[in-house]
Amino acid sequence: MSENKGKTFFIDQTRCTACRGCQAACKQWKKLAADETVNTGSYQNPPDLNGHTFKLVRFNEVEVDGKLKWVFFPEQCRHCLEPPCKMMADAFIPGAIIQDEATGAVLYTEKTKDLDYQTIREACPYDIPRKEESTGLLTKCNMCIDRVRAGMLPACVKTCPTYTMHFGDRDEMLAIARARLAEVQKKSPAALLADSDLVRVLYLCEVHPSHYHHHMVADAGSAGDRIGPFSRRALLAMRPLRTG
Amino acid sequence: MTNHWIDLKNSDVLLIMGSNAAENHPISFKWVTRAQQRGATLIHVDPRFTRTSAKADIYAPIRSGTDIVFFGGLIKHILDNELYFKQYVVDYTNASYLVGPDYDFKDGLFSGFNPETASYDRKKWNFVTDDKGVSLKDPTLKDPRCVLQVMRRHYARYDLKTVVDVTGMPEAKVLEVWNSFAATGKPDRAGTILYAMGQCQHTVGVQNIRALSMIQMLLGNIGIAGGGVNALRGESNVQGTTDIALLCDNLPGYLPIPRAIWADYDAYVKAGTPVTNDPQSANWWSNLDKYAASLMKAMYPAADHKTAYTWLPKIDDTKVVEYSWLSLFERMYNGGFKGAFVWGQNPCAGGANAGKNRKALAKLDWMVVVNLFENESSLFWKGPGVNPKDVKTEVFFLPASMNVEKDGSVANSGRWLQWREKGAKFMGDSLSDGDIVIRLFEEVRKLYKAEGGKHPEPILNLDTAYLKDGMYDASALAKRLNGTFLKDVTIADKQWKAGQQVPGFAALQADGSTACGCWIFSGSYTEQGNMMARRDRAQTPEQAAIGLFPNWSYAWPANRRILYNRAGVDQAGKPFDPKRAVIAWNGEKWVGDVPDGGWKPGEKLPFIMVREGRGQLYGPGRVDGPLPEHYEPFESPLAGNPLSPQRVNPTALHFAHEEKAVRDPRFPYVCTTYRVTEQWQSGAMTRKTAWLKEMQPDGFCEMSRELAAKLGVKNGEQVVLESVRGKVQVVAIVTPRIKPFTVMGETVHQVGIPWQFGWGQKKNATFDSANLLSPSVGDPNTGIPETKVFMVNVRKAQPGKQG
Ligand code: SF4
Ligand code: SF4
Repeated sequence: MSENKGKTFFIDQTRCTACRGCQAACKQWKKLAADETVNTGSYQNPPDLNGHTFKLVRFNEVEVDGKLKWVFFPEQCRHCLEPPCKMMADAFIPGAIIQDEATGAVLYTEKTKDLDYQTIREACPYDIPRKEESTGLLTKCNMCIDRVRAGMLPACVKTCPTYTMHFGDRDEMLAIARARLAEVQKKSPAALLADSDLVRVLYLCEVHPSHYHHHMVADAGSAGDRIGPFSRRALLAMRPLRTG
Repeated sequence: MTNHWIDLKNSDVLLIMGSNAAENHPISFKWVTRAQQRGATLIHVDPRFTRTSAKADIYAPIRSGTDIVFFGGLIKHILDNELYFKQYVVDYTNASYLVGPDYDFKDGLFSGFNPETASYDRKKWNFVTDDKGVSLKDPTLKDPRCVLQVMRRHYARYDLKTVVDVTGMPEAKVLEVWNSFAATGKPDRAGTILYAMGQCQHTVGVQNIRALSMIQMLLGNIGIAGGGVNALRGESNVQGTTDIALLCDNLPGYLPIPRAIWADYDAYVKAGTPVTNDPQSANWWSNLDKYAASLMKAMYPAADHKTAYTWLPKIDDTKVVEYSWLSLFERMYNGGFKGAFVWGQNPCAGGANAGKNRKALAKLDWMVVVNLFENESSLFWKGPGVNPKDVKTEVFFLPASMNVEKDGSVANSGRWLQWREKGAKFMGDSLSDGDIVIRLFEEVRKLYKAEGGKHPEPILNLDTAYLKDGMYDASALAKRLNGTFLKDVTIADKQWKAGQQVPGFAALQADGSTACGCWIFSGSYTEQGNMMARRDRAQTPEQAAIGLFPNWSYAWPANRRILYNRAGVDQAGKPFDPKRAVIAWNGEKWVGDVPDGGWKPGEKLPFIMVREGRGQLYGPGRVDGPLPEHYEPFESPLAGNPLSPQRVNPTALHFAHEEKAVRDPRFPYVCTTYRVTEQWQSGAMTRKTAWLKEMQPDGFCEMSRELAAKLGVKNGEQVVLESVRGKVQVVAIVTPRIKPFTVMGETVHQVGIPWQFGWGQKKNATFDSANLLSPSVGDPNTGIPETKVFMVNVRKAQPGKQG
């Protein structure tokens, strides 16, 4: 699929108040289980993505230029333009992970239960896929493909009260994301759109991406991160041969 | 709110103080964010850096309980630097009024204080009047007796150094906030103040809000788009319940509560009706007799309204706070009640001094709990440390249906009555509150009919015609709240027939020919239908410019969206800020919002709800003084009050037999309580909701890294908090978002704990309610408890052990 077609999220993190409406809405729409958690000394809970948590707001206290910031990262699958998890899965069970033609959504099918979890998880430059123990399936955000096909917004976008979450056609999202970035850069020159040429979820970061989470941007690829001869990032940027 | 949610987007400077709006009013940030997008500055003043601070342009920390020091300093700053909006202040506030010779302020006390009754003779604070009783004024504001000059002298003590020393806010922050906010004192600048329980839950709660209102008046920020004094209400319909007299000091529509000292209806009306001879003052409360008579007829349509008045309960000639929450529990604790209805409440978790409340409930013979779920209160008899065998109270539980299972109106913070229809049927045996109360009442009435009883008339005669097919019908009650003609009436050449709905409160009559349950709701359900159910976005260009939707729901009063809007225009009806005019006179009529009275420009003064028509910088109506004055919280790290020899509010509600921690080495840390976005109220509903509980499962205590180091506590470990009244064990969140304060040259540590958790939330939980720690002391005007500041000790919990 061409890079400017399909759907895309724009997530303007300068606006996120960490209300976690999106996190709850995701679970509600998809009827995902909740765990008996404990407070671990943080508002972030569950502590990480898991087989039944596809959207997680991460909380980080950081100091930037001598000023305390509490940054919020509503994390989800980035729906890579060229998804390395799918490339990896195709090598083992073609069709276990598919990419939706119309939207570009990366979808995990029933067949993922026969994939090797660690291999798929490690292929993801953003460390997104998880295994749901109760079903054996590999899981993650599916762009609320059922809602989107019915002309609705994804549940998390619909819920967000602060205009943090946006969803629509990719060219339109890129346009508003770039316009907003220019606006934010007036106050915060270091602001950027994380990996905007690689993914369908455009995160606007006001401060350095590493302040949000170490997987905010794709791994640059340390030796340990290498998958075969390629770094994860190289894999992500790899374009299959196309015609026309 | 004087304004409404959408209007926040019109502001240039938003000061959030005493509220964690992003957390507790998430949707507010839809509009705060819009304002910021327009270039507005967001300021957050709070003891703790919160989700709100994270979005603020300026965050300024403040020690809990010192808001008046900060506001008083800002008032001084505004006056010293002439930053106030002169025309507004002279024309529309009482700055020019001359204060009488009996007024005085010395050693922390206003004149007229009686130490025996701990109350003031408020007559000592009166203005000087002419022979008609109209206050004398000096529009030049130079007379040393005028309010502005009295304020200058009063706040002279609130200098920058004192503010920094007492609040613990760094000097640079104080100035940054003051300068940013005071810059809105220009006609083309709008500043808004958003507050919530962080201002209210103090022994100086009412005066906190007086102080911020004074600042808004000095800066000309009331009556304009993007301005106002905006209370963010903590329950979706708490505005509505207040409107229909949830509180102990009024009847529906904020009519005064009847008192035994008033012999009859006429005495009630006389006492409640302010009188002025100032022809410019609309003095709206002069209509009280129409609203009172209509209320009596709403309850007792078949009776004469004066007779009906004699059937109402009256309070004794005592302080009204003796009927408030804390006093009720004190009386219950002392065995003063046989039974109690605990209706949609959870006093054993959500009420201040919850441990005392638990003991108080055990003194009852019976208790009826009406709620969706069992909670710490319905189950108090088997709570921590309680042996059910020792509790004699018989507990009945009536399952209530939920808001989405019933029709009705919800009044939001912006006073919009929004009608909604039920989305689901009642579950099991549950019933709506309306059905429960009517059924209970009819049973009581049957008993009275069969057996008689003392003072039977109010029971036998009450009208309860709110049923349809045997079930409570919210529409029928809503119609009665709007008001109905009981006789044929002609008003301004228009004929109205008995049985028709009144068009608005201007049609209400003093002679008993109209029935209206809540005059401010009049206009919400007329002959045109249910105005609250409207969802029409139509608006004029003037309305579109400021995001005003007059055809969407119904805003009380009179569908006015921004209160006191006549203060936003000059005497010729020209808006001070034409770019965001709320109302404007176009030569023939007002355009924009519904004006505060339809008089031509300049005919009447804008603050129509106060007797003299001008905003009260000096407010002789409150029981604890005409000007806000700083007093330390009842429990404090300081032994005295740096501003005066009077340590605490001398009129505050408290119970002398209860010990207080004052600079007590056993309880060295300031503690405050608050909510989290994931839980609602005492958590009785949300702690049952797995997705919410997963996100915010336990009680916790936020503390600074510095305090944690001192106590040897690591992030995520359990700690015990202990006050004079009780102790709780929770998880420590060690965070740079809380910093120690420097107060009067000493380091003061503050910690915070959410109050929405309780022992009922999960299996084997060691956690209990934060309100086991908070004190039974309250504001003298309202009785609201001081749950925002008290003293505790904090220590690391013994591993594997409780307490
Ligand atoms: S798009 Fe749907 S599945 Fe993905 S995070 Fe949002 S709500 Fe969850
Ligand atoms: S709903 Fe919006 S504001 Fe709330 S946490 Fe999610 S992205 Fe942030």
